[in-house]
Amino acid sequence: MSKHHVSTTINGDPTEFLCDTRQTLLDCLRDELNLTGSKEGCGTGDCGACSVMVDGRLVCSCLMLGVEADGRRIDTIEGVASGDTLHPLQRHFLEEAALQCGICTPGFIVAAKALLEHNPNPTETEVRYWLAGNLCRCTGYDKIIKAVMNAAAEMRGA
Amino acid sequence: MGNEEEMQKIIDYSGREFRYVGTRTVRPDGFDKVTGRANFGADFTANGMLFGAVVRSPHAHAKIKSINVDKALKLDGVKAVITGKDFPKLDVNDKMVGEVVVSYYDMGNNVIAREKVFYDGHAVAAVAATSQEVANAAARLVEVEYDVLKPVMSIAAATKKNAPILHKHVRTGGVEPAPTKASNVANRAEFKLGDVDAAFAKADVIIERDYSTQTVHQGYIEPHACVASTTTDGSVTIWCSSQGQFMVRAYVAKLCGIETSRVKVIPAEIGGGFGGKTVVYLEPLAVMLARKAGRPVKMVMNRAEVLRATGPTSGGIARAKVGAKKDGTLVAGEIELTYEAGAFPGSPVALGCMTGFAPYNLTDVRCVGWDVVVNRPKAAAYRAPGAPVAAFAVESALDELAQALDMDPLELRMKNAATEGTQAPYGVKFGRIGYQETLEAARQHPHWSAPLGPNQGRGIASGFWFNIGGTSSAEVMVNEDGTVIVATGNPDIGGSRASMALMAAEVLGIDVARIKPLVADTESVPFSMLTGGSRVTFATGKAVIEAAQDAVDDMRRRAAKMWDVDIDQVEWENGCAVCIESDQHKPLSIADIARKADKTGGAISGKANINATGAGPGFGTHICDVEVDPETGRVTVLRYTAIQDVGKAIHPSYVEGQLQGGAVQGIGWALNEEYVYDQNGTLRNTGFLDYRVPVASDLPMIDTVLVEVPNPGHPYGVRGVGETPIVPPLAAVANAVSRAANRRLADLPISPPRLLAALSKG
Repeated sequence: MSKHHVSTTINGDPTEFLCDTRQTLLDCLRDELNLTGSKEGCGTGDCGACSVMVDGRLVCSCLMLGVEADGRRIDTIEGVASGDTLHPLQRHFLEEAALQCGICTPGFIVAAKALLEHNPNPTETEVRYWLAGNLCRCTGYDKIIKAVMNAAAEMRGA
Repeated sequence: MGNEEEMQKIIDYSGREFRYVGTRTVRPDGFDKVTGRANFGADFTANGMLFGAVVRSPHAHAKIKSINVDKALKLDGVKAVITGKDFPKLDVNDKMVGEVVVSYYDMGNNVIAREKVFYDGHAVAAVAATSQEVANAAARLVEVEYDVLKPVMSIAAATKKNAPILHKHVRTGGVEPAPTKASNVANRAEFKLGDVDAAFAKADVIIERDYSTQTVHQGYIEPHACVASTTTDGSVTIWCSSQGQFMVRAYVAKLCGIETSRVKVIPAEIGGGFGGKTVVYLEPLAVMLARKAGRPVKMVMNRAEVLRATGPTSGGIARAKVGAKKDGTLVAGEIELTYEAGAFPGSPVALGCMTGFAPYNLTDVRCVGWDVVVNRPKAAAYRAPGAPVAAFAVESALDELAQALDMDPLELRMKNAATEGTQAPYGVKFGRIGYQETLEAARQHPHWSAPLGPNQGRGIASGFWFNIGGTSSAEVMVNEDGTVIVATGNPDIGGSRASMALMAAEVLGIDVARIKPLVADTESVPFSMLTGGSRVTFATGKAVIEAAQDAVDDMRRRAAKMWDVDIDQVEWENGCAVCIESDQHKPLSIADIARKADKTGGAISGKANINATGAGPGFGTHICDVEVDPETGRVTVLRYTAIQDVGKAIHPSYVEGQLQGGAVQGIGWALNEEYVYDQNGTLRNTGFLDYRVPVASDLPMIDTVLVEVPNPGHPYGVRGVGETPIVPPLAAVANAVSRAANRRLADLPISPPRLLAALSKG
């Protein structure tokens, strides 16, 4: 079975890859492009560890086929910081100790960034509902919610 | 555990002022973890690597008649297929007897089935191929013929007369006379003090009730993953995420029949474990596949495999009985616990027996536990293993007792709280503990006196965990520029690198940013016990402190040489060597000393290999407010406060995080989580959609209070903190719901259908 040729844009860079029809976008990011920041926690769209942006929309990359990335713009955790300068969300995750093991962190940051682009001034409840698709088993979410709220406040002030 | 009485080194640090310990620094591994650069178990690739897949049993209980791998081997790209026959033969008596008994016979059978399969998802064969897709296809081509047996899915079914017997060799241990017939009841444990029957006769009020809980999973977000590579001389290298690289080394060597020294394990970042990664599943399979194929093999579980075949913790039933005087003085306590061990003996029921009544000053108490095998995955450790279910029963009984006595449940606990010198049901007399202090903090917390609305209830519950010490190693290496590397052998599961750096900074007197902690592989640092038992900050932290002190002593020697004075004249102050005799020598910083190291004897380092004793027990008290929806049976947690004696919080944010995370896992256990099997013993909820762990929108903020009653067994007063927080919440939630619903909820999880059924009883 021959592979598909996919032309896409990842974190702003034109990118091409070959993939099997069955491979998910997550598989392609991790296995074909070595972008392993997106994690597979479930493979069924329940945990959000593989969250990416597709044409500005928050998507579980395990629920999308790699071939569907053709002609689209994909943004992953690897593109959130600018070089060594962390995004305010990343900084606040560190300052608030909003991660313990860190496996869910990339997905939370991508999802929270999508929230703040859509709603720069969310309430705690809005943050909690927006992030309800991202599972964290370590923190009990408390410090994650605080980190997102603090990052939002800083970004509004900036 | 049980080291409270043998604290040899008592250091008085009361009133000590810390410079770095207790500050909230950014974790040293943080940048990599927020940018996606950190490498977890599934992120590693090896040159020329193959991909593995596991063939799993669709039956809960069956004899394996035959396995035919021919079709799988013929598929293009398949390089190796293994079954149980490829592993060394197992000896039923091959056990390691330590604090817990580890049976290599059971472990080997669990990793890959031999004659029988014991649960839905039990591994029977594994394949390695050039891609994951081919490996998965090949796994489907392995033909296994089963003789299906009746599954034994519950304690009731396992203990029924004429129940199908899982293991022919299992006789009930701990009973006299020793039985001669095989049984599904693997063991009986008993702990007692005084004369409990006589004591109950003196009670004014007795509360007795049955409780039940379901099988729950640790639910770490990272599925098990590894890469194994072998060489022709028999050496093995494994990259994997686990709670202990030395644990993986020992178990793989044993199960694969390799000398321990030929196995090297390189730890990846670990994406959660909670006890569930203190055992091996994939690693021995990957090693055998790699050996057979002659190429490295990567294996990664999917979520369904994690839920079907890895470590849940035991569901269990409990009968708890408490007796008290009219004034609330407890006179007697009794608990009988029966836990599902899963497919092989070894539930944590004895630990449940030891912990349930540990927070209370009882001279007459009896705790009996039964360990029962069923056709579910073999229970693995889960955060304070055994304690939450026991505490659920005891703390619910105390709540009911408080109601019967018309007494404040907090005051009831305060009146009976264990203090220094109290003898626990498992025999140990407590040293300095902080249980009463947690109750006092609860009493003073505004949460305790806040008003409640209609359909709302408030629950309080406490919990105990031993915490352990054990063997730990640390190496402190001083770089030429005066920065310092701190190497230990313990995976960082929740921010322990930050704690190690802070403790080293405290000893060395340099900024924590100049210290780089690292988790070393099995060939780069001496042996350390795994990350578990809430031992790392305590035991490995103690090793780091001693190793840093060793490096300081080395640097004092070097300074003495540079100044040509006696070492006794050199003291260490604020990160510098200072000459106390003469002021003509300017203080030398670590960088000054390091720069000249070649002239004073070569590289500078310190080391410590210790077996840490004196782990201080942990006590916690949680307060929970809920609202019950009488129409739907839904329970909403409105407010939650977790209070714990943490000894000394090295990095308070990560200590708070332990309290918050443990509380939320306990809330999930109380309200949502359970394994659901059909009548054939097939697990029905194999994903996070149906095995529902708490999500952000289910929860309020989790307030924390860190009570610091220093542990005399640690130089900085540290107690383990990670496990205690999951002990109180089951009862804290159930007590809150029971008060809101005006009836006792004794069966977990209190899911909407279960609560509606209870409410409909009028």
